[in-house]
Amino acid sequence: MKHMLTALLGAAALMSAGVAQAADTIKIGIVNAYSGQFADPAAQLDNGIKLYMQIHGDMVNGKKIVIIRKDVGGIKPPLAKQLAAELVTRDNVDVLAGNLLTPNALAVAAVSAEAEKFMVIMNASTSFITTKSPYVARTSVTSAQLNSAFGTWVASKGVKEVYTMVTDYAPGKGSGKAFEGAFVAGGGKVVGSDATPVVNPDFSPFVQRIADAKPEALYIWVPGGTQPPAVGKALAERGVTPANTKIYGQGELTDDAALLAMGDASLGIITAYHYNIHRDTKLNNEFVKAYRAANDGRDPDIYTIGAYDGMHLIYEALKKAGGDTSGKALIAAAKGMEWESPRGTMSIDPETRDVVQTIYIREVQKVDGKPANVIIDQIDHAKDPTH
Amino acid sequence: MQPIDPQKWLRNKARISPYEIAFWIAALIIPYAFFPNYLALASQIAATAIFCIALDLIIGYAGIISLGHAAFFGLGAYAAGILSQKGWGEPISGALFGAIFAGFCGWIVSFMIVRVQHLALLMITLGLGFLLVELANTLDWLTGGSDGLLGIDTWNLFGVFKFTFWGYTAYGYTLGAAFLVFLLCRRLVNSPFGLALETIRENPQRTTALGVPNRARLQKVFTISAAIAGLAGAILAQTTETVSLDSLGFQRSADIAVMLILGGTGRLYGAILGSIIFLVARDQLSGMNPQYWYFWIGLLLMIVVLFMPRGILGGLEKIKSKLSTKPNQKVDGA
Repeated sequence: MKHMLTALLGAAALMSAGVAQAADTIKIGIVNAYSGQFADPAAQLDNGIKLYMQIHGDMVNGKKIVIIRKDVGGIKPPLAKQLAAELVTRDNVDVLAGNLLTPNALAVAAVSAEAEKFMVIMNASTSFITTKSPYVARTSVTSAQLNSAFGTWVASKGVKEVYTMVTDYAPGKGSGKAFEGAFVAGGGKVVGSDATPVVNPDFSPFVQRIADAKPEALYIWVPGGTQPPAVGKALAERGVTPANTKIYGQGELTDDAALLAMGDASLGIITAYHYNIHRDTKLNNEFVKAYRAANDGRDPDIYTIGAYDGMHLIYEALKKAGGDTSGKALIAAAKGMEWESPRGTMSIDPETRDVVQTIYIREVQKVDGKPANVIIDQIDHAKDPTH
Repeated sequence: MQPIDPQKWLRNKARISPYEIAFWIAALIIPYAFFPNYLALASQIAATAIFCIALDLIIGYAGIISLGHAAFFGLGAYAAGILSQKGWGEPISGALFGAIFAGFCGWIVSFMIVRVQHLALLMITLGLGFLLVELANTLDWLTGGSDGLLGIDTWNLFGVFKFTFWGYTAYGYTLGAAFLVFLLCRRLVNSPFGLALETIRENPQRTTALGVPNRARLQKVFTISAAIAGLAGAILAQTTETVSLDSLGFQRSADIAVMLILGGTGRLYGAILGSIIFLVARDQLSGMNPQYWYFWIGLLLMIVVLFMPRGILGGLEKIKSKLSTKPNQKVDGA
């Protein structure tokens, strides 16, 4: 009993301490999938936040930035909504950020709209999330932005026919649709489509069908991780290579792990991405170096850059709005903001609050005897076409 | 040992104790008065408690083990969510709609459930859960697929109380539903029907010999349990205005089973206590360490199961009975 009382008193003391220090801090609540299936991308995202604060300090306008992390543990919108609500009611946060996964981000956006809190999407890439709250801005990318720019680019290179193979769930289907739409609008034709399973897919039957169909070009969308090397292997085995078929995909398809697994079979694959860690600029090189130093040599990725730029947007919006941390003031400050990121020049669209950035077209070429993504073209100021 | 009057024994079992009244009054007052910032969590706990009671009916009382009961929770959630999305957001009728729909599905499934036991039962309930997740993922024009159901709008409760993210209305609504469900189930398990279920669990051959239609009884309780699980899902969908594939998924089924085991099966308060302890522990532990908090949950579970194999409530009852053992009067463990 005595212990329980002590514990209760301790808890009460903690809570009142939280209230007391509220005045000289700015709190950022992060809803992220720290545990479970998405723990790895969540960690990369979180490391982006940490790196930004390590480089730029934790003081803005003379106030200390405090990060409060909440684990949603996977795709669980009801829990995400509860956590976001508690960040507002219990922890009194000024900003809601994180938002790795679309379904959770939609739930957090509902709280942002109701509580009138500034919200930053650091990863989730479905277009319409930004329409769910007038206080939300995005610093990652949208599938539609990336793939419609890519579809237009492919059509402009004189490709007439494409076969598409995408993962059978919302991000895959959305990306495929965006690519096909832009490609057809550019004068191309879709000659076949396949949807591959989300979990443990065997790509060989799909690739065999593609080999039989002999299309001029192939568009592939698979989630990053274990699938790009697997699909690369299946393509090489069935003889569908850039030598006889033009192969296009979103950046994950040729990430470093996938290139290592595919070897020379990957040469000639063309992908579109909004961030390339090997892009040789001073800002990017410093960013990559600092990230590697802080994370045992691990490379940053799109989750990291989304979070890093997300923190930049929060810091700059706070500075621009002066002492006002209301949702209205911060989103007004964020609208139209433009800055140099390690990924290139980017900005927040003043109308849609969505990200505007450069899309890089990369081809796998041999650099120093090893396959690498080499930027061959870029599309500046790409916007999400669905807004 | 003197013969006991069965009527009197049943009535004694059903007597309302002062602890119970105190518990429900505390459940109403404490969150509103002392933890107004925790009402979102409190409503989540109340909804989960309803679901846990539903599972207790079949596992604890009827002995039907299920690892896929979230299927009915999710069916109720989607039914109420889709109804609201299509333009009818009245909460009470929506929740009843979710419950009836889940109950109907439960009734259909029950024909299969009562024909298998043990491991086969685990496999079937597990498989059912997986099938429904895939189905909901495929029917994305109806369910929103992996993005979840969008556009749920719950109207004001009784046309007056608005559901806000603060959770004042949500907690009152959910706690009210939990209380009604509890009363219903309390009546159910203390009735001759409830007694028959426990007897079937302990000795199905004997009940057959006594002329009890085992399958019909089990089907009935499974249907009721599915309906209650659907009610819990519907309420969570309405109060959070979101539904996604995770409401049907295995993890929810597993979590709820863990809560039930933690609290103690075959006791309605075990289901409630398990939900409270698990969700409060999760809330506190994940706040302290968002990455590795599952470690502590695992540790807590192992300790409880090692030292209190019949759950926290079972353990407490054992201690109580040891302290007050009188000859000829042992506390009934079931």
